[in-house]
Amino acid sequence: MLDRFFFVGVGLLSAALVLPANAPAQNSSGQTWPGPVPNRPPVAEKDKKPAPRRTITGMWWSRLGNQAKGVQLRPNDGSPENELPYTPYGLEQYKAHKPLEGFDAVPPAQANDPRVACEPLGFPRYNHYDLGVQIFQDENKIAMLYHYDNRWRIIWTDGRPLPKLLDGGVEIDGQFHEQRWFGYSVGRWIDDYTLEVQTVGTMPEDRVWLDNTGRPISDQARITETFKRLDADTLEWSETLEDPKIYTRPWQTMKIPMTLQDSRIDVLTRYCSPVETDQYNKIYGDSASGK
Amino acid sequence: MRNRLVIVLSVVGLLSTVPLQAHHTGATLLSETTVTLKGVVKNWLWSNPHCLLTLEVTGADGQVVQWVIEAQAPNSIFTEGYRKNSFKPGDVVTVTANPVTNGRPYGRFAGVVLADGTTIGNVGGGGRGGGRGRGAPAQ
Repeated sequence: MLDRFFFVGVGLLSAALVLPANAPAQNSSGQTWPGPVPNRPPVAEKDKKPAPRRTITGMWWSRLGNQAKGVQLRPNDGSPENELPYTPYGLEQYKAHKPLEGFDAVPPAQANDPRVACEPLGFPRYNHYDLGVQIFQDENKIAMLYHYDNRWRIIWTDGRPLPKLLDGGVEIDGQFHEQRWFGYSVGRWIDDYTLEVQTVGTMPEDRVWLDNTGRPISDQARITETFKRLDADTLEWSETLEDPKIYTRPWQTMKIPMTLQDSRIDVLTRYCSPVETDQYNKIYGDSASGK
Repeated sequence: MRNRLVIVLSVVGLLSTVPLQAHHTGATLLSETTVTLKGVVKNWLWSNPHCLLTLEVTGADGQVVQWVIEAQAPNSIFTEGYRKNSFKPGDVVTVTANPVTNGRPYGRFAGVVLADGTTIGNVGGGGRGGGRGRGAPAQ
């Protein structure tokens, strides 16, 4: 396990050091430690440059904020068009969740969102919370460094097969492998500007949620993401969820235009510290929420 | 206790603001109104996930009520002018805040007038104000 972790870590570091990130069309203004500019104005049509081939390297930020009201394409607002196709078991799971956001939000003292306890969000919830990533890639893999809680993920692009999904894990070369917070991801280029990524082997429904509003997701989920380079400055990131344990049919969760940022940007850290969270709740959170 | 709070709240007008998102307290918790609280600083906690100001406010009846006002994380509010040493115990400051809806003396910063007269955010109510970070998302 340690060896495997070391190998991946070295690979990630190498990619970060060797592969230059794409520079945006405009650099930040004279700042020596520039920060992200989520609302950077779109590049004018006349200034748009074609996307480079077969790369999604760069620092990408969303203009959409944190999808607090639920996944981008189906916000949890109580409207009929945003109702999800729950299975009976899926609906039961949803009702057991007590979220801080969305149509069925509860006061904080009653909430049971794992995020509040600083648990890892799991995949794909990292795609639905304060989305900002740094992406590096080499000839075998893509490393995605998520802003929130400084988490990272690997997508293999060397042609290896997607593991076979089992109950409680996956099968790889005839061996059982445990489920993981980010699952097991493989990607392939559909064309020079479109990468399709599939993921299985994620955590079970009693450990992770799909979004801030308590929508459930199970370890039987198959997540398909599409990364499409629209131009040099824009990466369209789509996600479709297939989870027969929770939902009766596949449905699309997001289609977000990510904006390329200055590669010199120093991202603010967003660690979730249990000690700090506990202190906050003792001084403010518990009393303020009626505990 | 509730009477004392009513007195404190009655000092100020109820002014419309933008609904908030918060870390653990949740969007359902905070009032859309604001209160203005002039008081003496007891403590200023400069920490993640949110900075917290403990303020002793004396009501019209002479009773002292201890308020706790939260702001966003240091990284977010630094750019608005808040600093680790913005508040010292004993400072007299005036805070504009969105109170929580359960009537307890807790709330979220909209703005503040510091002891030296420096103003940060929106004081006196109205609009989005200090302490919420630079368009910061919920944490």
